Amino acid sequence: MKRVAYYKGCSLEGLATEYDRSTRLVCEAFGIELVEIHDWNCCGSSPAHSYDPLLSSALAGRNLAIAADQGCDVVMTPCPGCLKSLKGAQETCEDPSKRKAFVDLVGRDVDGMKTISLLQLLYEEVGPEAIKKAVKRPLSGHVLIPYYGCLLTRPADRAKFDDPENPISLDRLIEATGATAPDFPFKTECCGATYGVTRNEFVGRLSGRILDMASQLGGEAIVVACPLCQQNLDMRQDQINKFAKRDFHLPVPYISQVIGLSLGISPKKLGLDKLCVSPDVLLEDRAGDEKRVQEQAG
Amino acid sequence: MRIGVFVCSCGTNIAGTVDTKRVASEALSFADVVYATNYMYTCSEPGQQEIQKAITEHGLQGVVVAACSPRMHEPTFRRAVEKAGLNRYMFEMANIREHVSWIGTDKEANTRKALDLVRMAVAKLRFNAPLFSSKAPVNKRLLVIGGGVAGIQAALDCAEGGMDVVMVERKQYIGGKMAKLDKTFPTIDCSSCILGPKMVDVSQNEKITLYAASQIESINGYIGNFTVDIRKKATYVNWDACTGCGACVEKCPSKKAEDYFNEGLGQARAINIPFPQAIPKKAAIDAQFCRQLNGKKCGVCAKICPVKAIDFEMKDTIVTEKVGAIIVATGYDLFDYSVYGEYGGGRYPDVISGIQYERILSASGPFGGHIRRPSDGREPKDIVFISCVGSRDASVGRPYCSGICCMYIAKQAILTKDHMPESNSYVFYMDIRSPGKNYDEFVRRAQEEYGVQYIRGRVGKIYQRGDRMVVQGADTLLGVQVEVEADLVVLATGVESSSGAGELAEKLRISYDQYGFYMESHPKLRPVETNTAGVYLAGACQGPKDIPSSVAQGSAAASKVQSLFAHDTIETNPQVALVNERNCIACGKCIQVCPFGAIQWKELRGGIKKAEVLQTVCQGCGVCNATCPPKAIQLQHATDNQILAEVNELCA
Repeated sequence: MKRVAYYKGCSLEGLATEYDRSTRLVCEAFGIELVEIHDWNCCGSSPAHSYDPLLSSALAGRNLAIAADQGCDVVMTPCPGCLKSLKGAQETCEDPSKRKAFVDLVGRDVDGMKTISLLQLLYEEVGPEAIKKAVKRPLSGHVLIPYYGCLLTRPADRAKFDDPENPISLDRLIEATGATAPDFPFKTECCGATYGVTRNEFVGRLSGRILDMASQLGGEAIVVACPLCQQNLDMRQDQINKFAKRDFHLPVPYISQVIGLSLGISPKKLGLDKLCVSPDVLLEDRAGDEKRVQEQAG
Repeated sequence: MRIGVFVCSCGTNIAGTVDTKRVASEALSFADVVYATNYMYTCSEPGQQEIQKAITEHGLQGVVVAACSPRMHEPTFRRAVEKAGLNRYMFEMANIREHVSWIGTDKEANTRKALDLVRMAVAKLRFNAPLFSSKAPVNKRLLVIGGGVAGIQAALDCAEGGMDVVMVERKQYIGGKMAKLDKTFPTIDCSSCILGPKMVDVSQNEKITLYAASQIESINGYIGNFTVDIRKKATYVNWDACTGCGACVEKCPSKKAEDYFNEGLGQARAINIPFPQAIPKKAAIDAQFCRQLNGKKCGVCAKICPVKAIDFEMKDTIVTEKVGAIIVATGYDLFDYSVYGEYGGGRYPDVISGIQYERILSASGPFGGHIRRPSDGREPKDIVFISCVGSRDASVGRPYCSGICCMYIAKQAILTKDHMPESNSYVFYMDIRSPGKNYDEFVRRAQEEYGVQYIRGRVGKIYQRGDRMVVQGADTLLGVQVEVEADLVVLATGVESSSGAGELAEKLRISYDQYGFYMESHPKLRPVETNTAGVYLAGACQGPKDIPSSVAQGSAAASKVQSLFAHDTIETNPQVALVNERNCIACGKCIQVCPFGAIQWKELRGGIKKAEVLQTVCQGCGVCNATCPPKAIQLQHATDNQILAEVNELCA
């Protein structure tokens, strides 16, 4: 069993508890032991690094240091924001001009640590092939839109995963569950991010475009791997509809929930009921229908 | 030995961070140094006269100049000491500019390092011995590698001067990239109309031997006497017999071969003559797509060929040519834009490269000169051009400007308007680079007379909406985001070094930069020479270049060859290995390690075997010197004693 330190971050404690639950279930199913970082703290998020980059690195770095003390060399976080902060801390520690200040603040170096996203863990450690083999309830017949958001693969020299402009890992994972993943041109466009709080007309416009393109491509749901994207697209879908004078009704599940479903884990356990837009459409079993259509045709 | 030391200030280049006066005065205390001085510009005429005067007045037997890199001025000073009666090898140079003053700012430390280098040079010079060159005949035949416009120009110039020229071209045809172009900027004259006659001249000139579909296998020898093995690749067609009638192409049933000439926009037959004006106009089989060669029953071409030229059993053959000089004109390749995920990474059929669009515009192209989209064959109305795709972008490892794209975009936009007056063209650009005769006027014409809309900014994303493409970018002059709907997007793909450039450079023993472009001997003063004597450069293999510059370099390289061939003999380099037969134990290790095959056995009286160096073949690399167990073989001018003397000084 592979041991991976698990840094869930604040979103997964609050709005995105279903992301946390489904992540744990899927990792368990593939034999990955998630070691929760003892007494973890906030990564510092945007406020810390806009106030003082060293503060941001120290806050995030403390978590890496604890993980290292717990005997882990890989830290996985499902949240792209946390991912960026943790990777930033690593960079600061390795930067000769900042290393001393970092070590003074954090108490130790974090050399040799590797931080990855849940997406990277599922794509590189588990792999689409293993998922395909483990699928019990294929999602064939469903069209699911892969949406990465702006941060998962960027900035490229920090993320060091997938193509920054045209990533394909989420596409391949969706396909592994049996579902169809159309080539989504807005897969890395901005959802509006934290403007949802201050200027939600931005989210109306930006997330509106994403929902529009997703429905044009015949998508039934938008699959995400970022709690903030999920919040904007799902929780604010009513606001967007009002703003754009549209009537979108697209559920926005996390990739961990989608894979969990295909593994036959119960929707309740995966927290699908926590989504604002009802994901019931995903529960329709079309694999049988498809088989019947094929048999009739054949 | 009476040694003189001359320390150059090089204006402030050296004196700015090295105390040259002190270097000169302290040098006087070194063993055998009887005279030392410093001078503002030692390489200038009065500077050289100063050296010559000192040689006579002080009876100097050896000279050390502490100045710049020997690359440029060692020959200058060697000539100067020779004029004053010394052997040119009784001279040493200490590089206190590139190795000292330009790379350090601590004057005290620099001065100490300069003194170390001078001390080493003096120590080495004390073991120098006069060396004398011999003369070797010059083979007045030229090899041109690459049959693009630069190579063609060089070959024709030399052939006109009465020299025999061997041209080797990797592809089945000559003409290079220019043969694929529709029109040329800034005159909009037809590319094949100006290149075609030159290609015909190459094929008809009796002085030129053309090997198309051939590659350089190996190169041995030295200036004036190269031996070149050329691999003639199997074309499965006997070109001596083939008349280029094209009957085989018409009947070939394998119709889905890659159409390299049309940049993958069309489909070719497995047996093919790439374009109507091809030189040589001969058919060749693409083995990958040929049915017969892939074990299926076919052989239609062999049946149809009126001259029985098809030979499915053909194998590669090696021919050997002897030449005295080599012009490398291997051209360039275009950047593979699929690394740009934001432009679709090659997923969208209607996002094409500039050279593909060139084929679309061409009357001999895949659509007969009508502008059509690759996806559905529809005539596009709105066309977006994006500049700097694989140029000026460090994130894809291409920080340099390709130099030609701004101009070819302007040309293509003008031609688009000529073809389709109702169309709209948009150009996303970073800066417009048009420094050439009539170039900027040309771009202005595109903007002002042809109504091409220039938008200053980068494109962030291209995606499909319905059957059109949406180009999303920034207009940095207005400070807004823009979206342009287009039917066709043309990416101005930048220039990169030719595939295989590095391998060829190793065969030629010339150097190349980090991008694979060949290095000229001096960026300003020796632009077509390489650091390997007798090997010259022309065209874009040295760096991105447009047609006029490539042609100019072709002629420049040709003139270099002509001045070399004006001599019947050439002085050989005496800095080669030499065997001290008394110490040679005939172990043969030097023969094994010599990369040039320059060492052979020699039999003395009584059948005693000794190693012997062929002075004209030896390149002076020193591998034998390092290998020889009793140190019997010594590289002249870099003997063990000379190097140890330097090391001793450094460690003293």
